[in-house]
Amino acid sequence: MLMNIILSLFIFVASLFLPCARAEETLKNAFFIPQWSPQAQFAGYYVAYEKGIYKKYGINLNILPGGPSSPSAEFLEKGEVDFATMWLSTAIQKRSQGLKLVNIAQIIQRSALMLIAKKARGINRPEDIDNKKVGIWGEDFKIQPTAFFRKYKLKVKVIPQSYSVNLFLRDGVDVASAMWYNEYHTILNAGLNPDELTTFFFHEHELNFPEDGIYTLEKTFKRDPALSCAFVKASIEGWLYAFSQPEEALDIVLKYMSKANVPANKVHQRWMLRRMKDLVLPVDKDRVPVGTLRLEDFMRVSNTLKEGGLIKNIPDFKSFYGECVKYAEK
Amino acid sequence: MLKNRGIAFKLVLFFTLSSAIIFTLIFGYNYYVSRKTIEKNVEENARTIVTNAMNKIETVLRATQKVPENIAYFLENSSYNEKELVQLIYTVVEKNQEIYGAAIAFEPYAFKKTSQYFAPYFYKPNQWIEFKSIDKYYNYLYSDWYQIPKELKRPQWIEPYFGEGGGIIMSSYSVPFYKKVDGKRQFKGIVIVDVSLEQLRNIVSSIKVLKTGYGFLISKNGTIVTHPLKDLIMNETIFSIAEARNDTPLREIGRKMIHGESGLVPFKSITTEKMCWMYFVPIPSSGWSLAVLFPQDEMIEDITNLNKIVIFLGIFGLFLLSIAVVFIARSITEPLRGMAKATEHIGAGNLDIELPLVKTRDEVGKLSEAFNYMKASLKEYIKELTEATASKERIESELKIAHDIQMSILPKRFPPFPDRGEFDIYATIKPAKEVGGDFYDFFFIDDEHLCFVIADVSGKGVPAALFMTLTKTLIKAKATVGLTSDKIISRVNEDLCIGNDLNMFVTVFCGILNTITGEILYTNGGHNPPLLIRDKGDIAFVEGKGELVVGVMEDTTYTTESIILQPGDSLFLYTDGVTEAMNEKSELFSEERLKNEILKCRGESIQQVIECIMGEIAQFSHEVSQSDDITMMIVQFKGNKGR
Repeated sequence: MLMNIILSLFIFVASLFLPCARAEETLKNAFFIPQWSPQAQFAGYYVAYEKGIYKKYGINLNILPGGPSSPSAEFLEKGEVDFATMWLSTAIQKRSQGLKLVNIAQIIQRSALMLIAKKARGINRPEDIDNKKVGIWGEDFKIQPTAFFRKYKLKVKVIPQSYSVNLFLRDGVDVASAMWYNEYHTILNAGLNPDELTTFFFHEHELNFPEDGIYTLEKTFKRDPALSCAFVKASIEGWLYAFSQPEEALDIVLKYMSKANVPANKVHQRWMLRRMKDLVLPVDKDRVPVGTLRLEDFMRVSNTLKEGGLIKNIPDFKSFYGECVKYAEK
Repeated sequence: MLKNRGIAFKLVLFFTLSSAIIFTLIFGYNYYVSRKTIEKNVEENARTIVTNAMNKIETVLRATQKVPENIAYFLENSSYNEKELVQLIYTVVEKNQEIYGAAIAFEPYAFKKTSQYFAPYFYKPNQWIEFKSIDKYYNYLYSDWYQIPKELKRPQWIEPYFGEGGGIIMSSYSVPFYKKVDGKRQFKGIVIVDVSLEQLRNIVSSIKVLKTGYGFLISKNGTIVTHPLKDLIMNETIFSIAEARNDTPLREIGRKMIHGESGLVPFKSITTEKMCWMYFVPIPSSGWSLAVLFPQDEMIEDITNLNKIVIFLGIFGLFLLSIAVVFIARSITEPLRGMAKATEHIGAGNLDIELPLVKTRDEVGKLSEAFNYMKASLKEYIKELTEATASKERIESELKIAHDIQMSILPKRFPPFPDRGEFDIYATIKPAKEVGGDFYDFFFIDDEHLCFVIADVSGKGVPAALFMTLTKTLIKAKATVGLTSDKIISRVNEDLCIGNDLNMFVTVFCGILNTITGEILYTNGGHNPPLLIRDKGDIAFVEGKGELVVGVMEDTTYTTESIILQPGDSLFLYTDGVTEAMNEKSELFSEERLKNEILKCRGESIQQVIECIMGEIAQFSHEVSQSDDITMMIVQFKGNKGR
């Protein structure tokens, strides 16, 4: 309820800031790619697009279909898009490797990555994972699990995990990697009850890696910060709209999924959207405005990456973070 | 309330109600038993249908399993080169109609030291067999079909998936194969065959139960593999459906299904929203589950239809029964009502009313007959009664005339001799019936002597009255100058005795008052002794010798006695109707009471004394009707005082 009031207030205030002369101006063209194929994980962008919010902010946006074959960082690097979403850990590595990208909004505040085990196989605490077969995804998905094992001094047998959780379901592995908004629900909908599962949320083990953020190249940001921040504002408005009108948002998402020929399950997408709300607007003691990248989160991720030998130097926070939220508020 | 209703209403109510109860009981029991029987039959039928389908699916899957299992056996126990291997896969795909594609995928460097991946694949996208190396397309090492049997170390059916080009659901059977290296069994790779699940889909979709019953197949993860609703296939699991429907029991059913259990559970159809029975069994080789839905309403449709007819017939029957009962009741109550009305008329005196015609020979008919008979009898009786009443009335009127005559012969003018002040006389008579046997009389024999008589004839009514008239006439005729009272009575006695065949008699007190001296010479022929009321105070019965009644014995001799009245004295004469008057307690008025009453009434005129005594007798007898004539007479001597 309170949330709805805040949302509508936000939308109301945001509309006040709209320059009246917008209609006379020509819309600025911009391209955007999410880091995965259409699903509720990106509901905010699709909703903002469908509801004309980008247009309202003066952007003529083109959303490119994301997916495993279209890595968003590469698209950004090659200049095929102006904006892309990616994980904070990915972005820090890219920046450290020399790609001048800028975080203009940290959408997800909390890491959705988790490990799941079946209680029936005797796993209830992190220590129980020792010497067990653990399904781990590749690349940036393994940073947190690796740090987790390091933290709890666990020796595990890593089994590369595919996109499915079937190996886990059939007890081919004892522990599986999962996204809270995705695989966890897939497991529930394969007949396992929550009380039969032990979950290890990384954000509960001091390994909170905020995930999806909006990135642009430094040069793009410097050339037209107003465009970047308009994109951020429009995207956030899209997100808040999606959270306040979940069923409408779901229909939009399902439309894009069907367009992209991705199998769509409404129940699953509803779960995902609800979890996105938990991740974007976490009920925290020290809440920050939507889209804020906190220094401590940045430092935690950077330090973990450095410890894991994935980066040599921690990028400068000020130049990494475009702070569009503040800009937008001004 | 029911008490006041008519017989027809009660009959209809009770018959219809009790019949309805009986009908409901029979119907309910019949419904219950037939439903149970049908459900049992359907359940058995369900088992057969599901088991048959399951066996067919199992046969298909097992036939498919044999192929990769044999290859795996061959790979483990034989040596081969690349050409032979490729030839083997090709032959398998070529020879086995049901197999879409087959591949052998090796562990890194397991086939050739020089190449990391080796996974030749033959498949039939159309009628031609085509070849591709899987490793050129993706890293098969992390595929479910490779990883799962590898990690589980046993063959596995892979979760169904849409085949290339979409539309057709496929599944794969993967068999791990090993090679003994240094006595140790080492994992080398996977043999996989792809099969279309079209055949299974046909088996399941051919399951037709009743009208809308259907079967569906779910995979080990609960994914809908076949279902009449296409949108669900591969898109939903039984659990996501449960979540969407917020149906916890369905989730529990799903869990039982994927855990290889079988069962019969109530289930709300996803397609029709109808309540169904769902019978599910596991497919043992793949761990999938087959379910068949039996719509409950269709199961019992036949008995539901039958029941509708039975209920209709029942209600119709009850309606007919009610009509029949009304008809029967009417046939009873109509004549009864007619008779009741006729009885009212009869009660009102109309005996000529026609009773309703009842043709039946039942109780009502008999009652009607009895009524008719009663009416006739009543009419006859009343006719007789009318006649009797008429004759009685005639007699009564004659008696009245007789009474009038009788009364007319008694002197009734008081004072009878207004010019004779030396005495006073007053008499009254109250007959018990219209004509009575008592009489009184008084007359002058000569200028000085007044003869007075009081008499009581035995019996009552007309004979007594006639006898009395005779006696009175005789006395008056015999009482001539110079005759004493005994002579008068003797002569009367003689005359009465002649032809007195009825042996009637009369008690007579006959006195002759000397109006100058106040002496009374009298003869008492069996009559009640009179009371002598002295002016000075004392009252006494004049006890005589007690002579015989008159009219019984011809030669009876009577005597004359004498009393002397002082001026103011009176003689009170009466008949036994006075002293023998009875009250409700059967007590007699008695001489004693008479004496006392006279004492109370004394001092008045003689007429008032008699009226006073008459009043006392009436008060004493109260409601008791008078049984005998009451006659009283007072003779008062006044002497010179009166002149």
